[in-house]
Amino acid sequence: MLIVNGLYKTFNSGTCNQKEALINTSIHVRQGDFISIIGGNGAGKSTLLNCIAGVYPIDRGSIVIENTDVTNLPEHKRATVLGRVFQDPMMGTASNMGIEENLALAYRRGKKRGLSWGISNKERSLYKEQLKTLGLGLEERMTTKVGLLSNGQRQALTLLMATLKKPKLLLLDEHTAALDPKTAKKVLEITDQIIKEHNLTAMMVTHNMRDAIKHGNRLIMMHEGQIILDINGEDKKKLTVEALLDRFGKVSGEEFANDRALLS
Amino acid sequence: MLQIITGAISLGLLWAIMTIGVYITYRILNIADLTVEGSITMGAAIAAKALTGGVNPYLAIILAFFGGMLAGLFTGILHTKLKIPALLSGILTMIALYSVNLRIMGTSNLSLIRAETVYMPFQAMGLNQNNAAIVVGLICVSILVAILYWFFGTEIGSVIRATGNNPHMVRAQGVNTDLTIVIGLVLSNGLVAVSGGLIAQSQRFADIQMGTGSIVIGLASVIIGEVLFSRNGFLSKLISLVLGAVIYRVIIAFVLKLGMPANDLKLFTAITVAIALALPIFKEYLQTLKKSSMGVD
Repeated sequence: MLIVNGLYKTFNSGTCNQKEALINTSIHVRQGDFISIIGGNGAGKSTLLNCIAGVYPIDRGSIVIENTDVTNLPEHKRATVLGRVFQDPMMGTASNMGIEENLALAYRRGKKRGLSWGISNKERSLYKEQLKTLGLGLEERMTTKVGLLSNGQRQALTLLMATLKKPKLLLLDEHTAALDPKTAKKVLEITDQIIKEHNLTAMMVTHNMRDAIKHGNRLIMMHEGQIILDINGEDKKKLTVEALLDRFGKVSGEEFANDRALLS
Repeated sequence: MLQIITGAISLGLLWAIMTIGVYITYRILNIADLTVEGSITMGAAIAAKALTGGVNPYLAIILAFFGGMLAGLFTGILHTKLKIPALLSGILTMIALYSVNLRIMGTSNLSLIRAETVYMPFQAMGLNQNNAAIVVGLICVSILVAILYWFFGTEIGSVIRATGNNPHMVRAQGVNTDLTIVIGLVLSNGLVAVSGGLIAQSQRFADIQMGTGSIVIGLASVIIGEVLFSRNGFLSKLISLVLGAVIYRVIIAFVLKLGMPANDLKLFTAITVAIALALPIFKEYLQTLKKSSMGVD
């Protein structure tokens, strides 16, 4: 499905702020995988997702999505097969535009946009139906400007937008990190529901160990720009926070020093 | 007095087209595009040169439109492909256009006293110069508002609106934001040039200096329109721009009538715009004052 091979990415190369964010990172994502990615600050989790999405050009390596080499494709071209939700709830939606307008923009992902009307009545009923599945009452507020929604509502909407046109790969970049615990839980539930319903392949970056263990069929831990753990299937199901910390210590030779991941 | 007002209204309507162009970049794309200072003159220069060459006055406006679009395209390429900041890209094009416009006109001031204009058919019907300009202005503005209302509701128009609002989101939805920015700049400067062409035909000359400060006039009109007639909905926004442009001209006509020297006009406009841009801050300040006084009881 997705093959990332030997990825290198260095930020601020040649300056005193040089940061090797990804060092020879490789991963093979299989069809139907729901991978949670965990790691400390600066481990390279978000960088990996952003490199896959084409936000940054990479220094070396290759990225292949379903037999198409996308390594040199610009962000907007890759977007046709990707669904993305960001950490910042403001990033995924256009705040000055209505809920239905945002959905209409997302509904046309991968299609050529022309001079026909930006939203049709037929679509409206589809959006209404889809919004109902979120269980947030947004279906009654179709023309409300997205800027008036709460962060949780915006993330749920972004999630819907990312999956309205079924993506080959769903990239969730700490999409619950900016939410309060209750809202985060709700958005994660919606995430699970949508991924299951559409049988999506997904990669979810999180800071929260419990969430990483609870969700998905595969868990990847990153450390200093490399993937140090890749836990699958039955092993993943039996995983506990203690076991994960233990394995982290063995592989990296360090304590997992990240309050945010441990306390939450 | 009546003549001053009709003069102001006619001028306002012609500048309204320019105002709508400024709105497209300033509000929709979220870019302060200084290209307009050059493209309004370019529109005037192209129209004037065409008219002195005996070209049909309507065709002259269309030529101006294309000239302006080219200017917008140039700025767009500087900004999106060469990654020069938008403000600087606009300034570069503006400066370049100064020379280009001189080349087009061949002189710094081109008189159109004997040329045929778009206003003449209406003057032939018995309207005076101001009223003819009002009629032409109203027709142009109405057509323009209708077309833009349609355009910004289409699929392409929607992504242009979204681009100014959140380019990340637009790229994530598979749209090349470089392209949407360029389309916006092209359209905006095309309209600004049309405005320049109509103004030149109305005042019967084109001058190399006529664009100086036009961005501030455009912004002033946008802000006046928004402050006085701020409504939801795109159509009412477009109409408020037209009203803003007209009211700006009426205000200017009055302050001139009250004895302000014409030389101080640009200073006056700049101060007005600065105050208007700062209005949200003043409002916020007033609201916190209100809140704290209400908190007492």
